[in-house]
Amino acid sequence: MSDPIIQIKDMNKWFGDFQVLKDINLEVEKNKKIVVCGPSGSGKSTLIRCINRLEEHQKGTIVVDGTELSEDTKNIETIRAEVGMVFQQFNLFPHLSILDNCTLAPIWVKKTPKKQAEELAMKQLEQVQIVDQAHKFPGQLSGGQQQRCAIARALCMEPKIMLFDEPTSALDPEMIKEVLDAMVNLAKAGMTMIVVTHEMGFAKEVADEVIFMDEGMIIEKAMTKEFFANPKSDRTKLFLSQIL
Amino acid sequence: MKNINFLKPNKQNFYVYFYTGIALFALSVLDVFLSSFFEINTTSFLPSSISFILPIIIGTIGLHLIRIEYSGIKSLDIINKNINTNTFNAFLTLSIIFLIIKATPPAMSWFVFDATISGDSKEACTSEGACWTYIKIWFNRFVYGMYPNEYQWRINISFILLIGLAFVGYFSTEGLKKYLTLYYVIIYPIIAFILIYYLISGGSLGLDWVETGAWGGLSLTFIVSFFCLIFCFPIGMILALGRRSSLPTIRYFSVGFIEFWRGVPLITVLFMSSVMFPMFLPDGFFLDKLVRVIIAISLFEAAYVAEVIRGGLQALPRGQYDAAKSLGMGYWKMHIFVILPQALKLVIPGIANTFLALVKDTPLIFVVGLLEIVGMLNLAKTNPKWLGFAMEGYVFAAIIFWIICYAMSKYSYNLEAKYKTER
Amino acid sequence: MANRGIDFGYGFLTQESSFDVQFSLIDYDGSHSYARAYLVGLLNTLLVSFIGIIFSTIIGVVVGIARLSPNYLIEKTAAFYVEFFRNIPLLLQIFFWYFAALRALPLPEKTNAIFGVFYLTIKGLYVPAFIWTNLDIFIYSIIAAIVSIIVIRTYAKNLRENQGKHIPVFSTSLAILIILPLLSFVIGGVSLSFEIPVLKQLAKTAFIYEGGVGIPPELIALTLALSLYTATFIAECVRAGIQGVGKGQKEAAASIGLNPNQILKLVVMPQALRIIIPPTTNQYLNLTKNSSLAAAIAYPDLVLVFAGTALMQTGKAIEIVSITMLTYLSISLSISVLMNWYNKKIAIKEK
Repeated sequence: MSDPIIQIKDMNKWFGDFQVLKDINLEVEKNKKIVVCGPSGSGKSTLIRCINRLEEHQKGTIVVDGTELSEDTKNIETIRAEVGMVFQQFNLFPHLSILDNCTLAPIWVKKTPKKQAEELAMKQLEQVQIVDQAHKFPGQLSGGQQQRCAIARALCMEPKIMLFDEPTSALDPEMIKEVLDAMVNLAKAGMTMIVVTHEMGFAKEVADEVIFMDEGMIIEKAMTKEFFANPKSDRTKLFLSQIL
Repeated sequence: MKNINFLKPNKQNFYVYFYTGIALFALSVLDVFLSSFFEINTTSFLPSSISFILPIIIGTIGLHLIRIEYSGIKSLDIINKNINTNTFNAFLTLSIIFLIIKATPPAMSWFVFDATISGDSKEACTSEGACWTYIKIWFNRFVYGMYPNEYQWRINISFILLIGLAFVGYFSTEGLKKYLTLYYVIIYPIIAFILIYYLISGGSLGLDWVETGAWGGLSLTFIVSFFCLIFCFPIGMILALGRRSSLPTIRYFSVGFIEFWRGVPLITVLFMSSVMFPMFLPDGFFLDKLVRVIIAISLFEAAYVAEVIRGGLQALPRGQYDAAKSLGMGYWKMHIFVILPQALKLVIPGIANTFLALVKDTPLIFVVGLLEIVGMLNLAKTNPKWLGFAMEGYVFAAIIFWIICYAMSKYSYNLEAKYKTER
Repeated sequence: MANRGIDFGYGFLTQESSFDVQFSLIDYDGSHSYARAYLVGLLNTLLVSFIGIIFSTIIGVVVGIARLSPNYLIEKTAAFYVEFFRNIPLLLQIFFWYFAALRALPLPEKTNAIFGVFYLTIKGLYVPAFIWTNLDIFIYSIIAAIVSIIVIRTYAKNLRENQGKHIPVFSTSLAILIILPLLSFVIGGVSLSFEIPVLKQLAKTAFIYEGGVGIPPELIALTLALSLYTATFIAECVRAGIQGVGKGQKEAAASIGLNPNQILKLVVMPQALRIIIPPTTNQYLNLTKNSSLAAAIAYPDLVLVFAGTALMQTGKAIEIVSITMLTYLSISLSISVLMNWYNKKIAIKEK
């Protein structure tokens, strides 16, 4: 068995005085799908933002694909090229077309020639089923379409890991399904995914492991079936009863 | 003491780095402090150019040494993240600190320590500092202009009354609250006009007439600002609505009017008011200089207010218009009760900016011969008995304007915050 | 109006003006026509506006960025600058610089040279005059530099799109911009000599500087005041623009692996500029209109020369004031039209 692709040991993080992550220990193996859930303020978003170093941890170690995250900026950008992220607010670049959104990083970071980048982008857009919107601008698309484009944009860098930070929380109900479908397809194709979400149906369908966090700590971690059938902690039980 | 590398301060030998760094930093500040406050050059044994740069170099090295990552001491970390993130930042921080230290003694001595305020004439001001005596003697003129001294109580009473009446809104009871808008938009200006016409200008009711040419100083600044503010706001509102009208004549007229007044400098407008207005008026109809100026400035500022309000009208979601119409409201009802209240709240900062600009534009009335406070300053500094005190006068006026404008912008900021939370 | 004995007509424009102007960019004296006097005033207005725009932009951008610095001292200093210069009327600032600050400068005979060739006196700033030989060759070299930069940028773009190879465009362009003109000096026969101002005694207590170029204190005071004042507004525009780009944009750009320079160039600046440029152009317009305050300190701009002196001499109030206002109106409207065109072209497309 090879090393896990993500190894987090004794990680602690403070925002000023306030400790937002406490003694986090987590290992993620390749091709596994992890769902992180918990009440708001529990630190779940902060956790995954530490993995691509959008947030910095003060104590402990995080190793992603063999490289330890530290202050060395050179390696941060290399890591980020391997780790894709999808945001709650989509964060598409409004001044660029959908196609340009997707080809921007391959051209400027991976130095791919434009034609190749565009071919790859069209392929990804086709996977998430918005290839006919390729020449439109983000402002002209619906929320669901924008989020799917954001997924395609992250995938154009051919990452090894995909992080999702509440990808459907800002969407109208009828658009949640199309985004979840895209994520399910991605999962079935073998991508390593860490998803922060409240969509427990998605978790049940696709996740290998579910993690419950509260107040900055990992309260419970279990295989999906086990997690939903026999939650061990009282807090987990309370949370599940509120959202299921 | 292992691993001491002065290029990379780290936590292991914390005390070495920290104390050395602080010592160097303190040394550099002390050097500048001594040279500026006490004029002692501690490094006079070095050539002057080196002793000039020495504090900055020492200070930068000192700050470099205390730039320890994750030192664990909270206050040090805060300081480091704030003003000491890298060498360039440290250099800038030091420069600012040194600048402040170097500039304070000369400024303080000019303003306070060497200044004179006693005495009656130019001879009293013998020192190198500011001659505040000049301001003290001329204070009356700066506030009242050339208004005859014995009648200045009329201006005082008018202003006290006006200020008092302005706070009526504060004390009104619930039942009277709905009349407040009516009060402020119509009644209050009428009262102000009556006071100005009968009390300040005079000429009837047993009071001597004082021509507007003699009005001046701060009181004139207030009068002009006050009336222009009152007039430009409703005119601007009507223009903004006119610009969005569906009737082409009204729309084109509004657009033309707004673009015209916004495209020309205020000085040319004032020239126009003094030189061209009289030509277009029928014979024998004489409009007072002050009235012409107020009309000109009001129309000028109204165009800017119109653009600001237009921004607010555009920002309102179309749903508001639809909802009002569907309830059966006509054009005017809809705008007065639904659209304008919301649009105006949106553009409070823009309107405050325009009002501020108006107050700052009042000194331009010197081109028609009216002397508000800046004009009085210019007059005073050419007085043969008081030559050479231009600096004191301008500093005085700058302080006054600064206080007024700063207060206005803070008030509008609070107003905006208050309305934001109400939503 | 006719029955008031006022005659109306623009014929006076060709008459001799018979007044001199203290500072002019073109040849002019009392024997020239009023039309030429108008031109002198207009050029002076454009000159001070142009210089003011450049300085206020530089100061404004620096202060605007400083306002966003995480360094507490820098941010507070920038905030202090903005609050200070914004709340004092421009006219007062002009008066201060002209009547108070610049009056404190020494007389010509008592001035010490700055760097040996600049003299800052109460009568103005005297700088060395540039005397060129073969100026045309120098200008060709600059044009050649600009053309080659354009060529290199196109070539780099092609290379990047077809082969994915990146070449350092910025440093190359900078190098060309420096080297080509330098070459024109070395092998092109261009040379530059300076005519340094020299103190000359006219009478017992009257000294002036001969040679070199004398910049009148009116122009200096006006430019200083206009630049410092307008820079505060531009700084606020710049700050609003940079803050207006949501934090999420920077995070998204970082998450796909772009480095900070790339994030700034490809994601932040395009969006920030769209927010910054319209109000900044408005400020440029305000600066141009505010330059009319020159009348207060006798800098011969359009208003003082034409709507001031010429009007007093000819009495043709309506014609002169209308021409003046029309001039400013044209400047404003052309900039407005340009701005509207620019806005439409780069507008972020929405539903």
